[in-house]
Amino acid sequence: MPAKRIIPCLDVKGGRTVKGINFEGLADVGDPVEMGARYAAQGADELVYLDISASLEDRNTFTDLVGRIAARINIPFTVGGGIASINDAARLLDAGADKITVNSAAVANPGLIEEIASRYGRQFVVVAIDARNIDGVWRVTTHGGSRLTDRELFSWAEEVERLGAGEIMFTSMDHDGTRSGYPCDTFASLCSGSGIPVIASGGAGSVDDIAKVLTEGKADAALAASIFHYGDMTVRALKEDLLRQGIEVRI
Amino acid sequence: MIAIIDYNMGNIRSLGNAIGRLGAEWTLTSDPVVIGKASHVILPGVGSAAEAMHNLSDLGLPPLIRRLRRPVLGICVGMQVMCRHSEEGDAGCMGIFDAKVRRFREAEGIKIPHMGWSRLSNLESKLFKGIDKGAYVYFVHSYYAPLCPDTIATARHPELFSAALKYENFYGTQFHPEKSGDTGEAILRNFLEL
Repeated sequence: MPAKRIIPCLDVKGGRTVKGINFEGLADVGDPVEMGARYAAQGADELVYLDISASLEDRNTFTDLVGRIAARINIPFTVGGGIASINDAARLLDAGADKITVNSAAVANPGLIEEIASRYGRQFVVVAIDARNIDGVWRVTTHGGSRLTDRELFSWAEEVERLGAGEIMFTSMDHDGTRSGYPCDTFASLCSGSGIPVIASGGAGSVDDIAKVLTEGKADAALAASIFHYGDMTVRALKEDLLRQGIEVRI
Repeated sequence: MIAIIDYNMGNIRSLGNAIGRLGAEWTLTSDPVVIGKASHVILPGVGSAAEAMHNLSDLGLPPLIRRLRRPVLGICVGMQVMCRHSEEGDAGCMGIFDAKVRRFREAEGIKIPHMGWSRLSNLESKLFKGIDKGAYVYFVHSYYAPLCPDTIATARHPELFSAALKYENFYGTQFHPEKSGDTGEAILRNFLEL
């Protein structure tokens, strides 16, 4: 098996990396290209950039930014946020993105996964799944967790794999932003049942949370934002700690 | 001038960016004259081997590539189409490397594609000058070249396969040096110094 991957995630708005603070507002935490280069130098295995803006003008700014990231960064990077059509995916591929991530649009139109994968390859398509545990059933949500759908996590994961997803990025909306750890049993079931890599997202508060989801949770990769952005921990320090716990990571 | 062969196969922007970061001049081309005059030729590839061979053949490039005497580097599917044959689409390939490309076997706990960072071993070429055994590089592939006399580096998923091949002036890497951090940059620099 390849080494477990550590993936810093950067939310981008108006060309800047931002971070939500207690649901009240956004703090500017830096230049996305410089931050990405710093994480890459520290040993990040990949980067994820999410465009959280809504306006068309910001969308064009984001495409320009993707071009600058591609010129500078020497590790793979994934981009997402608001990708609703194959044209959106093509625009980001042309700008230099290695992978794109789709979420709400794939739930609304699963054919989109198939369309993008058949044109650009499975390796280009990361399907993000946000779910919430409602009375013991993991229900898929969209629009940042605000809309509950009728889909169930495990059957949706099987379906996206069949449609051509190259990876799944799963976030428990019950844990996201809480920094209280991941639902490791759910991850273990998801990863055991999946023939494609699973990235664990949302909930990391400590090294031990990440260690646990990569071992007990069987996840192939862990995505994190806050612990890196606020300087709680460098990517390098995290990976050294994981290595000491016997988890294979690239140092 | 370094020629990156343009044959309409996926994202080649990142490769040009990587060569640019090394300060080298490159051009994206399918022009036989430009390719023939280049100091180094790179054959990238994202997509399927059958489609790649189809596109190369439409441009009349396979015979030209086989005749090149300057350093040539095939990357990922670009390396695979320099082998004899690929199981992917049952494609006859250029036959530069003595290997037949196969699909990874489905098995418990083995994820396909092999995606992520794996270690290199059995490094045997100037291409890996200064690279330590066990260095990590980035792979994304579902098909692989088995070990063969042209193997100059190996990796595991979980069995050993050819991470890189060499025959005379022809080199191929299954991994993506342009996405493999500092190790990948060093390998590309070594190639440009051949």
